[in-house]
Amino acid sequence: MDLLVKQVSHRYGDLDVLQNVTLDIPKGKIVCLVGPSGCGKSTLLRLIGGLEQPSSGQIVQIGDPPDACLNPLTYVFQDFALLPWRSVEGNISLVLEDHDIPGHEAQRIIADVLERTKLTDFRAALPKQLSGGMKQRVAIARALAVNPAVLLLDEPLSALDSQTRELLMDDLLALWSRQAFTAVYVTHNLHEAVRLGHVIAVLSRRPGEIKQLVELDIPLGERSPDDPALQLHQQHLWDLMREEAIAADKELVDV
Amino acid sequence: MSEPRPVKFRGGGFAPTSIKWIGPVVFIVLIGLLELGTQTGIIAPLTLPKPSDVLATFGELWRSGQLWLHLVPSLTRLLMGAALGVTTGIAIGIAIGLFSHIRAGLVPLVAAIFPIPKIALLPLFVIWFGIDEGSKYALIALGTFTPTVVATYGAVDNVDRSLIRMGQSFGLSWRSIVWKIVLPGAMPGILSGLRISLAIGIILLVAAEMLGAEHGIGAYILQAGSLYDLERLFAGVVILSLLGVTVSAVIGHLERRILRWRS
Repeated sequence: MDLLVKQVSHRYGDLDVLQNVTLDIPKGKIVCLVGPSGCGKSTLLRLIGGLEQPSSGQIVQIGDPPDACLNPLTYVFQDFALLPWRSVEGNISLVLEDHDIPGHEAQRIIADVLERTKLTDFRAALPKQLSGGMKQRVAIARALAVNPAVLLLDEPLSALDSQTRELLMDDLLALWSRQAFTAVYVTHNLHEAVRLGHVIAVLSRRPGEIKQLVELDIPLGERSPDDPALQLHQQHLWDLMREEAIAADKELVDV
Repeated sequence: MSEPRPVKFRGGGFAPTSIKWIGPVVFIVLIGLLELGTQTGIIAPLTLPKPSDVLATFGELWRSGQLWLHLVPSLTRLLMGAALGVTTGIAIGIAIGLFSHIRAGLVPLVAAIFPIPKIALLPLFVIWFGIDEGSKYALIALGTFTPTVVATYGAVDNVDRSLIRMGQSFGLSWRSIVWKIVLPGAMPGILSGLRISLAIGIILLVAAEMLGAEHGIGAYILQAGSLYDLERLFAGVVILSLLGVTVSAVIGHLERRILRWRS
């Protein structure tokens, strides 16, 4: 299943947030959205997953999601959004309970996603007992449990410290290599973008427009953190964003 | 240059810890002082009864079976009235929290009912529900209803919106979102509202029993009061205090069980 963002514009009241954004999200690829703070990249992600309606334009789904897919467009949030009163297992079973899945099948899915995210030993733990990185792993496991056609990741690593971020990035890469998934990955961290993105869409400051689409040909599995080619790309992205970021920063002072 | 000296510690306080023994000690010292005062005659017998006499009266109540004769109807009234008021209160509170139209319609109404001293309505309730149990249940129910509604919709408003958005993003049904996200998320606020509601319930219980009840703690206190039998009056008051402490302990226990996921 592919997604197509067609000439989407969005405004809150008389504040233009996004302007005429067109973006292709092809199957099996990770599309990164980067841009200065307040450029509307998280808004765009909410529009893509149907949590908000665009003021104009539309998001089109091309093809059908696979049969076993319980929730085609599935989010991973920056703040994890785990229910604090449910255990790791309970948080995952939450998203299966509305789907008439027989108990043993649900158990199998839970065991499988816990294994894939290395959480098997933490099955019964409550969120308060887990570190930030572990909480985000639970959120990723929960997202994988519904077998999504497209994963929508909203700054998933931004609330974590830099070491944990590296570890989780490796985990995401490993998950993708094991079974290629389609994803839209919003981040303000250019390093994450060049490590994980097949396509990187650079948004301008508000109202957000797509300033440039950067395609990276290096296969995900071969991208190492200190690859000079990646660093070159990252530098290029920063050159694109620098002026915008400075302008956006000043804009906030005026508000 | 002055001498090297250790950095002064200034981070203390503002961190309440649980010190269990002080509470009972305050009670014992206070009652001890009263006993001493009444024994020596510094406190006149008409001002306050001797704590030891109150205890003796209490013992007498216990032995004669009178205690249960008064306590059982009182507890039944409190339980029935509060159960009625609290359950409808939680239901209406959640409805106010979830639906804008209901909120717009009922919040002013609840605000109008809340400050009415419910005791003032007792004669009306007697006409509506009869002089016996009905009017007492109604009074306690109405008294516990309003604070429960206010606490519940406040608690629903405070449920983390990002959790609700998460539920929607996973395609959870409306029912599931309410039962599995909104209700548990509002539980801390609902339980702390319950403390206030039940304390009000006890106050209203006594008020209701002072009007047209043969048995019950309120009737017992009223009877003792009209005879200026201070020992019995205080014995009744002690029972009410104990009732309050027990209710509070039960809610504390519930909180520890249901809200284990917190802190």
